[in-house]
Amino acid sequence: MAKSLFEERLNSGKFLVTTEIGPPKGTDISEMVHHIELLKDKVDAINVTDHQSSVMRFPSLGGCLLVREHGGEPVFQMTTRDRNRLALQADLLLAYSRGIRNVLCLTGDSVDVGDHKEAKPVFDLDSVQLLRMIRIMESGKDLAGNDLKGAPEFCIGASVHPATDSIEPQLIKFDKKVEAGAQFFQTQGVYDLDCLRRFMQYASQFNVKILAGIIVLASARMAQYMNDNVPGIVVPQAVIDELAGAEKGKGLQKGIEIAVRLMKMIKDENLCHGVHIMAVGREGIVPEILEAAGVGIGAHV
Amino acid sequence: MIVAEQKPLEEIRRLIAPYEKVLILGCGTCMTVCGAGGEREVSLLHSALRVAQTRGGDEAHNFLEYTVKRQCDFEFLDMLEDRVGEVDAILSLGCGIGVQVIAERFPDIPVLPGVNTSFMGASKEWGVWDERCAACGDCMLAETGGICPITRCVKGILNGPCAGSKSGKCEVSSDIDCAWVLIYERLERLGQLEKMRRYYPPRNFRTIPRPRRIVSKADIDLGGNDG
Repeated sequence: MAKSLFEERLNSGKFLVTTEIGPPKGTDISEMVHHIELLKDKVDAINVTDHQSSVMRFPSLGGCLLVREHGGEPVFQMTTRDRNRLALQADLLLAYSRGIRNVLCLTGDSVDVGDHKEAKPVFDLDSVQLLRMIRIMESGKDLAGNDLKGAPEFCIGASVHPATDSIEPQLIKFDKKVEAGAQFFQTQGVYDLDCLRRFMQYASQFNVKILAGIIVLASARMAQYMNDNVPGIVVPQAVIDELAGAEKGKGLQKGIEIAVRLMKMIKDENLCHGVHIMAVGREGIVPEILEAAGVGIGAHV
Repeated sequence: MIVAEQKPLEEIRRLIAPYEKVLILGCGTCMTVCGAGGEREVSLLHSALRVAQTRGGDEAHNFLEYTVKRQCDFEFLDMLEDRVGEVDAILSLGCGIGVQVIAERFPDIPVLPGVNTSFMGASKEWGVWDERCAACGDCMLAETGGICPITRCVKGILNGPCAGSKSGKCEVSSDIDCAWVLIYERLERLGQLEKMRRYYPPRNFRTIPRPRRIVSKADIDLGGNDG
């Protein structure tokens, strides 16, 4: 039996679409709930980010509970930046007990890139160790070897960076994540489909599902800013130029156009198993992108 | 070696403000080599404090200066007894270890730190120091081509680079090399990439139950009977 609805969908052979929601900085969850309502029936799963870019926010776990309450399928993004192994395990137990069954295991951005630069970085585990820890917990033990009274079961995933300029070390880490039990990968933002093709030639030897990351850019300035400041983002110059060439006030439209084009090409070529759309604070535009690209749950039929 | 930086003059002036007679105490080992608190720096700090005092005109400190071979070694501290007896406080330019050993040796007199102890590192070039060891107590350098991921990776992770690595540099700063790219290149050169493919389990932090103590297992002849 599948461990989660998302795992069932991963194994369905359909072209999958996931997206992410960034929780608010504060207690006003109305916008997040609005986005959940907007997206829950259109995508195969909704990731909730974990203090994305090391900026303190409402927690990922809390966001996942809201996705559940509103009838969506959450992917609990869990980084090892802020919690040691006790806190990570405790949150996993809580997540499981409340019906959250998918976890994306990440190391997390460094504290230095965020808004609490003086905080103590934890990193008691890394992403590979977190994946393995979950598999250990599923066997009914905690990481110290003690018995659990009731073991969780999760569909677990990880991230991979197919467009990095030093791909070999990344691939070694990818292998380790696969060995550790990762079932799916949501990649960092992809713009260069040749990179993705090369990566898929390699990754297709493994029994894992790859969802290509699609970041929706709103302007050349945003692309440049992300290149310079956001870990793991590499926007090629050609894309920046294309955005810069957009009519004044039409940057976001151009960004959507680029995202849709990429998604269509990925789907038409059957390059990988799906896409993961990151709208970075503009979750409201995701339905429009899904429709334009002809993907998402409504398009499965 | 241990690397430190002298505290800003204004902070040092605030620290010594309540005390009239102050011994500025240098350290002849690491602090001398890294230029934070050797004999030369003691003398320079002494001059700077006097100049500042003259300009300020509201404080009247008397300073003594001295540099011992190693502040972290009780053996070298007995000779300080007379000097310490004359002052109200000691401004130590030793590392954090030196400051504490001085405090332990002279329990009746306040000891003030004149430097910020930074890290254990090596001199890359003249005047440039790079951190190299985190004293984790469980050395894995044999597995990582002699490059320490715990010290040199911002996240101290053990199983390869994070996604923030860009053009061989760290996500935190383009001035910092990605330790895992360095490790990859070195292991490739050594024909030992299988070491990077291995899984490394979570670190054992019991190797660093603070404060740590090491008791020598060597048979040490203290030579007490022969004087």
